[in-house]
Amino acid sequence: MPVTRGFVGRRRGQERRLPPGQYDTGGSWPVLTAEATPRIDTEKWSLTVDGLVERPTTWSWEEIHALPDSSYFGDIHCVTTWSKFDVSFRGVSVDELLAAAGPLPEAAFVLAHSSTGYTTNLPMSDVVDGKAWVVWDYGGKPLPREHGGPARLLVPHLYFWKSAKWVSRLELMAADRPGFWEQNGYHDRGDPWLEQRYQGD
Amino acid sequence: MSAIDEVQAVETSWTTGRVIEKSLPTPHTVRLRMHVEARLRHRPGQHYLVRLRAPDDYTAQRSYSIASDDDDPLVELLVERLPDGEVSEFLADVVEVGDELEMRGPIGRWFTWDVRTPALCLVGGTGVVPAVSMLRTARRLGRSDLLRVVAVGRDPGMLPYADELGRAGAQLAYTRVDTDTRPAGAPTAAEITPLLPGVDLAYVCGSARFAAYAESLLLDCGVSPQAIRVERFGPTG
Repeated sequence: MPVTRGFVGRRRGQERRLPPGQYDTGGSWPVLTAEATPRIDTEKWSLTVDGLVERPTTWSWEEIHALPDSSYFGDIHCVTTWSKFDVSFRGVSVDELLAAAGPLPEAAFVLAHSSTGYTTNLPMSDVVDGKAWVVWDYGGKPLPREHGGPARLLVPHLYFWKSAKWVSRLELMAADRPGFWEQNGYHDRGDPWLEQRYQGD
Repeated sequence: MSAIDEVQAVETSWTTGRVIEKSLPTPHTVRLRMHVEARLRHRPGQHYLVRLRAPDDYTAQRSYSIASDDDDPLVELLVERLPDGEVSEFLADVVEVGDELEMRGPIGRWFTWDVRTPALCLVGGTGVVPAVSMLRTARRLGRSDLLRVVAVGRDPGMLPYADELGRAGAQLAYTRVDTDTRPAGAPTAAEITPLLPGVDLAYVCGSARFAAYAESLLLDCGVSPQAIRVERFGPTG
């Protein structure tokens, strides 16, 4: 496409770190949600892994904290074009949850559910081998409510709508089933490096 | 059936938009009316992507809500000029009538209105833009009765589309100035509650701070969380 008359752009130097079409949001962390922000009491909080598993398993807030600790330090990328560098999250690896529940061989996709009713779908290959977490700590502090606290899914190698806020259930499935944004015009997988933002990308 | 049902969700691709009209209606906004090549039909509440391209192929893109009705021959965008906003400052300060910009849309199928469901819009600042599109579409289809709008701004000079919203029957709430009908301040439960009977959906659009306030207010007024659709924008801490 042709050059925009008069536009030179101003941000340079982070290209290798920024996926195409993204900019560095710096110190801010924009809040983007489609629904009202819920208030969730950790006393009543739970996370369930079910669907195509040998042992459907539910963890309370206390139980999930007893699992081995796992952290992510790196970058996150939102489909609305901001990226945020060097963020740190702490929680538990999804591998740990899956090991407890025992995925059946035919489980090929995951639908992450939030307590708000929000959903997002992922292939199993995007949530295993250290690529995904359930996190409750951001930068050493409890994850703020507007950013998905008390706990959210974290899949930092995909656009951030895949990292479901207020996650309450991981449902393993044999066939893909589009989640909330995936039904509303967004890409099924959402790889920022391939710029898979919208359907048709 | 509403005429809006004819607007089908389709995959979008990049196209070219030519600036036909440009104005600066408030100190911090720019209004662009664009002729979009191979334009697709849209529903009120959807947005377009605008992409700028530098000579070295560096690009910057942002998404902006549509203010216009689908029936309008041009696509109207109203953009808030953010301090240090790489795209918004360019659109406000550099773009001229006749310039071509890369555009893609319409995007979004959630924050849209079907012109059939009775709805309340509680919108603030440039968050009024999707409500303007909803009001214009409702008027064309003779269904203005379905839509109630409360638009919030600092003062009349800072609220985009204040005159049009007022003429369309929206309630205008100014946080910093008194008017003949209400004292300065954010909208209250006493103002929102009378608008709720019969309303099945509430649309909230504005800054993160505004959206947080508006969501809490609607919940306090007894609106179910499932009936609230939110579009937030702008940086937060």
